[in-house]
Amino acid sequence: MTRKFYINTALLILTILAPFIFPVWKTQLATLWLFIIVALTWDMTGGQMGYNSLGNIFFYGTGMYVCAIIAIGMYFPFGEWTDASRSETWKFTDSQYFTGLILGSLGAGVFCALCAYILGGLFFGLRGPYFAIGTLGLAIATGEIVSNIDWLGGGQGVSMPIYNGDFETFKNIIYYLFAGLGVSLFIFLNWFYKTRFGAAINAIRDDEEKAEAMGIHTLRYKLITWSISAFFIGVAGAISAFQLIHFEPLETAYQTINLGIFMVVCVLLGGKGTLWGPVIGAFMFHVFKEVTWNYFLGWQWVALGALIVVIVVFFQDGLMGYLQTRFPEWFGIKVVDKDEKEIIAEPAE
Amino acid sequence: MSSIIEIAGVSKSFGGVKANTDISLTVEEGGITGLIGPNGSGKTTLFNSIVGYHPIDGGSIKFEGQEISKLLVPEIARLGLLRTFQQTRIYSAMNCMENMLISIPHRKLTLRDAFRKNTVEDNEKAEHLLEFVGLSEKRFLRAGSLSFGQQKLLEFAMALMNEPTVLLLDEPTAGINPTLINGLIDRLLRANSEFGITLFIIEHNMRVIMNMAEEIYCLAHGELLASGSPAEIQNDQRVVDAYLGAH
Ligand SMILES: Nc1ncnc2c1ncn2[C@@H]1O[C@H](COP(=O)(O)OP(=O)(O)O)[C@@H](O)[C@H]1O
Ligand SMILES: [Mg+2]
Repeated sequence: MTRKFYINTALLILTILAPFIFPVWKTQLATLWLFIIVALTWDMTGGQMGYNSLGNIFFYGTGMYVCAIIAIGMYFPFGEWTDASRSETWKFTDSQYFTGLILGSLGAGVFCALCAYILGGLFFGLRGPYFAIGTLGLAIATGEIVSNIDWLGGGQGVSMPIYNGDFETFKNIIYYLFAGLGVSLFIFLNWFYKTRFGAAINAIRDDEEKAEAMGIHTLRYKLITWSISAFFIGVAGAISAFQLIHFEPLETAYQTINLGIFMVVCVLLGGKGTLWGPVIGAFMFHVFKEVTWNYFLGWQWVALGALIVVIVVFFQDGLMGYLQTRFPEWFGIKVVDKDEKEIIAEPAE
Repeated sequence: MSSIIEIAGVSKSFGGVKANTDISLTVEEGGITGLIGPNGSGKTTLFNSIVGYHPIDGGSIKFEGQEISKLLVPEIARLGLLRTFQQTRIYSAMNCMENMLISIPHRKLTLRDAFRKNTVEDNEKAEHLLEFVGLSEKRFLRAGSLSFGQQKLLEFAMALMNEPTVLLLDEPTAGINPTLINGLIDRLLRANSEFGITLFIIEHNMRVIMNMAEEIYCLAHGELLASGSPAEIQNDQRVVDAYLGAH
């Protein structure tokens, strides 16, 4: 058994026990997992593949709506449910609630993955800043369009089914859904980045033209990577919908300025293109956000802006990047000795 | 011997610049063919046209009898027609082994294979080829930290890893320490004789190409000026004038 194994096991046990050790922080811990999920998924394309999306929040918002349509639509006419003039309340039984939660979340993930696959054909023609701005435009435009569709609740948004049990159990369910999704994503990525597929997206990041010239199926890998990423964000959006009970199109679902930017900040804080960077960054950012939003209310956006400027100017590689340059041997990275001479290329036998 | 690449009447211009005008040539299967010409004579442009980097204005390009002038860059590469870059391109944030391993032949790689880790054979082959070019000791170094010459060797090893049928090399010896050039020539010859790879080489260094190629084409101002054996090319007055006239 290696040290790594013990650390991972300890972290897993901590994850499972956390709501009982820190019962008052249940909601914050659930949010921490949400940040970890969106940061890890953002890094799949942003850090590992070199495509910086500013519009991944599109999948979060779309996940919320698709989940609502499935979870509610399975048992009640969705259009009547979202009709603002409706006065009666429909109640969900436990079995309706949980089938809606599970199928709604999975449906949201699959739908978002399909969206990414189709939209990718359009957006992956864009490079660098054009990709970033193009995806941002997608998220902004979709939020506006959705808020004008009455069937989807218009600007009012959608109210989700309410859990019949007590509030603490509800918070536990939400925590374990986010934690379970986050742990699955982490385990998946830990394996994925070691496959040839993972190497292929790194090659695309380092030099896409070279990758094409070497015959790598660049478009295929880009589409699939974004789709997997979108699947997890979509499911996260679905769980958020159930957690929040009510969501609005612009402030909650397609919240480009909030979560849409937070996910990028988390990754930059922790370090792009590493497995642990987004996780550590999400933790750091969550602490930063809790402190500023609670103790410096009114100044929190200034503090966030200042944080972004500081990272971008001084710590572009984030914490993991800093550690990798400072202590490369910790990561098994080898760099050249400064005074080494050019090798003499003698033919091998 | 038969022709593996057949180029007929290929033209390419950039705005007003006619980089290639009505070029026709063939590359013999299993051989080493050279392409020379002064700077700016259109050599790299012709390579770019062959590998599908840009659409050509007219003409035909056939590889193993198949018209490829409408195919995309990765599709042509997967047919087994590979190129290296004059400016040398490697994946700089990845180490040498990772650079090698991601250069496995992608025409054989299904999507399911992509979701697997590299095999022991892949690793052995990568190590063997790194040894072949003399980069064994550097195999876990970040490729971006190698010297320019070492990056060129790595790029060459990556191309071999890909098991191409034909390899187009754009100035393989440019920027390489002169003491290393003989070692590199030796390896190019062995890639041809031992691995059976057909080579089509752009080379600025006349001494190098005269010693390697069986057939040489010379471009000047985007047009095919002369072709023939190294001896014929060396004694061709038009070639001598083109080179002297250039600088
Ligand atoms: N992408 C491009 N856009 C515009 N002009 C180009 C481009 N590529 C090459 N050229 C021009 O075409 C001519 C031939 O260039 P090139 O093929 O690179 O020559 P060589 O490789 O023989 O030195 C030059 O005049 C060059 O400036
Ligand atoms: Mg050139």
